[in-house]
Amino acid sequence: MKNGFVIFLAAFAMMFTSWSAFVLGPQLQLGREKQVPVLNSTEVYPRSRPGEANQGLQIYRVNGCAACHTEQVQQDGVACDLVLTSVGKNEAAVRNAFEDGVKQNNWPLTPSQDLQVKGSPEILLHNVSKEIAEAASDKITAAGGKVEIHIVAVGPDIARGWGLRHSVAEDFLYDNVVQLGSLRIGPDLADVGARLADANWQLLHLYAPKSVVKDSLMPPFRYLFETRKIGDAPSPDALNLPSGFTPPAGCEVVPTPEAKKLVAYLLSLHADVPLYDAPFTPVVVAKP
Amino acid sequence: MTVNETQTDKIDASCRVPLLVLFGGAALWLVVGSLLALAASLTFHMPDKFGDCPWGTYGHLQPAADDALLYGFCIPAGLGVALWIFARLGQVPLRGALVPVIAAHLWHVGVLVGLVGIFVGDSTGFQWLEFPRGGSALLFFAYLLIGLWALMNFSGRREVGMFPSHWFLVAALFLFPWIYSTANILIVGWPVRGVVQAVIAWWFGNNLVFVWTSLVGLGTAFYFLPKFSGRPLQTYFYALFAFWTLLFFGSMRGVPAGAPVPAWLPTLSSLNSLMLVVPVIAIAIIGWKTVVGAAGQECKGGSFCMVKFGYVAFILSALLLIAQSCPVIGRLTQFTWFGTAQTQLQLYGFFAITMFGAIYHILPRAVGIEFAFPKLIRVQHWLAMLGVFILVASLAVGGVEQGMKLNNPAVAFADSTKAMLMFLRVSTTGLLFILLANLLFALNIFVMILAWKWSLVKSVFAFVISPLNKTEVKA
Repeated sequence: MKNGFVIFLAAFAMMFTSWSAFVLGPQLQLGREKQVPVLNSTEVYPRSRPGEANQGLQIYRVNGCAACHTEQVQQDGVACDLVLTSVGKNEAAVRNAFEDGVKQNNWPLTPSQDLQVKGSPEILLHNVSKEIAEAASDKITAAGGKVEIHIVAVGPDIARGWGLRHSVAEDFLYDNVVQLGSLRIGPDLADVGARLADANWQLLHLYAPKSVVKDSLMPPFRYLFETRKIGDAPSPDALNLPSGFTPPAGCEVVPTPEAKKLVAYLLSLHADVPLYDAPFTPVVVAKP
Repeated sequence: MTVNETQTDKIDASCRVPLLVLFGGAALWLVVGSLLALAASLTFHMPDKFGDCPWGTYGHLQPAADDALLYGFCIPAGLGVALWIFARLGQVPLRGALVPVIAAHLWHVGVLVGLVGIFVGDSTGFQWLEFPRGGSALLFFAYLLIGLWALMNFSGRREVGMFPSHWFLVAALFLFPWIYSTANILIVGWPVRGVVQAVIAWWFGNNLVFVWTSLVGLGTAFYFLPKFSGRPLQTYFYALFAFWTLLFFGSMRGVPAGAPVPAWLPTLSSLNSLMLVVPVIAIAIIGWKTVVGAAGQECKGGSFCMVKFGYVAFILSALLLIAQSCPVIGRLTQFTWFGTAQTQLQLYGFFAITMFGAIYHILPRAVGIEFAFPKLIRVQHWLAMLGVFILVASLAVGGVEQGMKLNNPAVAFADSTKAMLMFLRVSTTGLLFILLANLLFALNIFVMILAWKWSLVKSVFAFVISPLNKTEVKA
């Protein structure tokens, strides 16, 4: 190649290809994305975050939280759970049918499970293939019990309780700075609003991580709090710190608006809605 | 002195001031960057000590350290080396050197604005793109000016032929304005919606941290390796092949597997990453055939050693990058320190050390003054090699360990971070060695700048007093 212009043209063509694939393409595909229906429901997803949580996202950004935390739950695939909703009239028959099935067909049982079918509803089989779940369902239904087959996501992150499904593009539709992160020095936060839904816990954790998580490596974010003399009456916002972390006598620790916004953002993080591209069966907890 | 030598001296001298500004600022940011990286690393050893001001948290220190290394050192150093290589290869002195001098100052001010921006809470929140608008606008225009001057010098070259170094450096000059403007406009200026932001940020990060540094570093190596080994580049066609495949496969990757984006993006990225094996093999062959067994200079811890070390580090870094993109290994290493190890190897082990070699060779010729402490060059090289080895090895091994724990839900998450602590302590030692190496580098550069300024003052002084003496004599 003797000619600089040839290099320029060819490099231009390559950069244009790369730009089309990784800038233009995703923008054409996702740039006008709209809300999507939630599976088996009339609702749509996602809803815009509340205003305070949106401001909290900016606090998350400027403090570089994404340097240590990801917001991407990973998933290996899906499997089935067999859930017994009712033993029916003949409990012994259902138990026998299940025990037979386990013995004859080698249905996998998690170590803690014994062969007892106790009260219902109860997960009889966990993370099994569709075929096994269907066979077991047929057998128990024939014995008079009622079962449901639930779709569940599987993978280490799901097993840790970091979410009910993997993260998808829809989760970030209304976020202006998308903070996916790339390093897990701390746990994944995509579903932290569902996992640790207590605002007080979150505030304590921000002020003194070790007060609630013993071995935490997270730096304390004391600058998001104000330690001040108690006035006429203690502030209703004051943190209720455990011993060893309490401020000097006569003082109280009060979260600044920034801390409250950040917590509002953390609590708005959910990855627990089933969608077409990330299906699972939500477990409805019956009211006592 | 022959005509040729005076011509070469002229060319070297024409680059003097721009190079001193570019390299001097780069040396300063290099030291600042490694201080910040050390502080960031210390937050893991005593997290409680860093909580009272926002500046001291890892989330501020680490992005600042990364950007100081990349924008503060790597890019200006690369631009300076490219300016000089263009002038030398084309046999044309750099004209209008005032413009690159101003641009270099602008660039360093831009880095300062960007770093201050990160600390006062103005970071954009995207990796490698943290600098707020003010800083990035300055960087963009400074780059355009320097790039334009380099290209003008290139197109006015007296030697019409083009060398492999030319292709790599010219492509890199074009690459940065394109990716930097795209990323800043579509993420910071008028942000696109949703995860497209993240996709663009990944694309940008890969193109800057991997492709740009590879192009400039290899372009530099392809100039210096034949020069030091006394054997022409083996061969032109391997280099041509490596250039096109590196540019094509390298620029179309960056989205990690498992990202919450349409599946074709990570798939395309992984595929192109694996295809990077092709240019890496070609580059390894070029290095082997050019250097091994050649009866050129001995390396003795000088520039030749550094460029050779950087070359090997590039191949290792590219192999780590490819490994990360294999689905089996990627599953283990995603979200771990393994990725950091690869980036550090690329930016410091390969790029920075190649630049050290080039700068140690170029600066004495351009300024016309020898380094004040030539023995420290060798010490610096050993410290840098040792530091980067400790840093990268500890983070890579620790990353695999961390990945195995993360992928096993029976292991508590806290154990995966606790297991990393030992590796992080070792990596802090590596950072300490790197800091020492950077200090020695900066010492040599700063003393040279002072010596040059002193010689300027002396010549001005001599100029001022000499006519006075004559008039006195006449009177």
